[in-house]
Amino acid sequence: MHPVRVDHVTTAEPVLVRANGLTKHFGDFEAVRGIDVEVRRGEAFGFLGPNGAGKSSTMRMISCTSPRTGGELSVLGLDPNTQGPTIRARLGVVPQTDNLDTELTVRQNLQTYGRYFGLSRAQVREKAIELLEFAQLADRADHEVEPLSGGMKRRLTIARSLINDPDLLLLDEPTTGLDPQARHLLWDRLFRLKQSGVTLIITTHYMDEAEQLCDRLVVMDGGKIAAEGSPSELISRYSTREVLELRFAPGTQEAVVPSVVDLAERVEVLPDRLLLYTKDGEGALGAVHGRGVRPLSSLVRRSTLEDVFLHLTGRTLVD
Amino acid sequence: MVETTIPSRSTGVVLSPVRATLIGVEKHWTWYRRNWRATAISSFLQPVLFLVAMGFGFGSQVQPGEATGGQTYLVYLAPALVVVTAVQNATWESTYAVLSAFIWQKSYWGAVVTPVTPAQIFSSQLTWIAFRLVSSAAVFLLVAAALGAVSGPGVVLALPFAVLAGLAFAAPVVAFSATRETAEGFSGLFRFVVIPMTLFTGAFFPISQLPEWLRPIAWVTPVWHGVELARGATFGTLRLLPALGHVGYLVAMVAVGVVLGRRYYQRRLAV
Ligand SMILES: Nc1ncnc2c1ncn2[C@@H]1O[C@H](COP(=O)(O)OP(=O)(O)O)[C@@H](O)[C@H]1O
Ligand SMILES: [Mg+2]
Repeated sequence: MHPVRVDHVTTAEPVLVRANGLTKHFGDFEAVRGIDVEVRRGEAFGFLGPNGAGKSSTMRMISCTSPRTGGELSVLGLDPNTQGPTIRARLGVVPQTDNLDTELTVRQNLQTYGRYFGLSRAQVREKAIELLEFAQLADRADHEVEPLSGGMKRRLTIARSLINDPDLLLLDEPTTGLDPQARHLLWDRLFRLKQSGVTLIITTHYMDEAEQLCDRLVVMDGGKIAAEGSPSELISRYSTREVLELRFAPGTQEAVVPSVVDLAERVEVLPDRLLLYTKDGEGALGAVHGRGVRPLSSLVRRSTLEDVFLHLTGRTLVD
Repeated sequence: MVETTIPSRSTGVVLSPVRATLIGVEKHWTWYRRNWRATAISSFLQPVLFLVAMGFGFGSQVQPGEATGGQTYLVYLAPALVVVTAVQNATWESTYAVLSAFIWQKSYWGAVVTPVTPAQIFSSQLTWIAFRLVSSAAVFLLVAAALGAVSGPGVVLALPFAVLAGLAFAAPVVAFSATRETAEGFSGLFRFVVIPMTLFTGAFFPISQLPEWLRPIAWVTPVWHGVELARGATFGTLRLLPALGHVGYLVAMVAVGVVLGRRYYQRRLAV
């Protein structure tokens, strides 16, 4: 196993999740193909990868609901194969697809869920009030869940996962399918959790989400881990500081490559644009114009995890 | 791999299997308190309408005689109808409701990430169905008594036998539902199993009226065993040995359903 880089957490913190050569097969299909992961207490750890990368399969194994096919896995120092219920009692799980009880009220969703964790009626009543506040759903407490917006449902799912004050919170694509405003509100809530010391594991196919929330992440593709590090480390390791984007009419961008290829460390060809990886985007743009190349539009920006992914896999994260 | 146990700050604990089952039942009850109206027609009103139509309407044409044990048709019918109703309700509660918890409402998927296990989720479902069968059979008996369909207190004995017959059908059907991806199989179940099973297995007329070769089919159904027990207990004609046989058969059906149900829930929920 390659050494784990730790940024914001000292190595003295205990390891909450450790996977070695972890695999998951569905019949002949290998969804997770031997991954090594180590998550320490207090971290916000991410799995970044496109649809089908094996993120949810991994999360379900960590949440002790899906038996692993091979390899080693320990969660909270215990083996999911033999101690599933004991581990689950201490986890918070936000699944990719909401499974709220839409015919119950918001408050009832929290209370009935807490009862599964052995909390008394008085405990769940009290905890529900606190979580309604946290999820900004207090004014909807006694409304049915069905008509709530997607963002509200997602906040309720997160609130529900906190009912047992989990030692480890697993979030599978927490903001997928939400509008930008709802996403920012959710990020704010997750950021608060992180500040309060809750250990988070997040999967996402949004690079901005990974950059916002994760101290450390792995880039996952085709059931394997392609790279690992903090967002800034990954960017400096696999990309340049800046990127010059040149947009062309689709189909005409390929022909431009020879005349700009020496202006950047690396050029990526996308269906409608060229990406020129360089330390100095403005300088490169000047040079492009100087050579008489006329893109429809151009943009200089900083590198993101999207560029890291493109470099590692040759594909974009979200198609 | 040597690991040290990580100290917990979480308030969650693992429940005993019995408590876990009861907490699941409590959850069903929370749902039912809000949404019972939707099920009231099928579980209460329909059987009462049946009793009125068959007992008063059709029954007025039937003379009390040997076939009805000397009772009016209405009184003869009531204990059997408790059984038929229980099995019909059991079918509703163990088909669409179960598939919904897997596919539409997905409530099982919410529960599996808590300390409860798939087998406990199954136990909760079946216990809840038992609870529903008891309550709807009790309501039905009260209404039947108010309508004069009851000749004496013996009819109360029909209730536990009706519930047992209902569970004998529910347990394997819940297991079956846990293997379904769509509701398609259910209409066939109603049409080709439940309806013939309620009409031709002794509730409305003795199976001695059936052609000889059809009778063994009636014998394998839980309705026939339930009706024999419920009617025998109500009119005091039940003898011990046959009663043990009927109960034994129904308990065996529950047991088979429980074994399969636990297995299929595990298979489906732990993928
Ligand atoms: N229960 C399952 N049965 C068969 N294939 C599955 C199952 N769950 C996931 N897969 C397959 O495994 C691959 C990885 O899926 P998943 O872990 O959901 O990826 P991600 O969450 O990264 O999108 C996909 O190709 C998916 O179709
Ligand atoms: Mg997924």
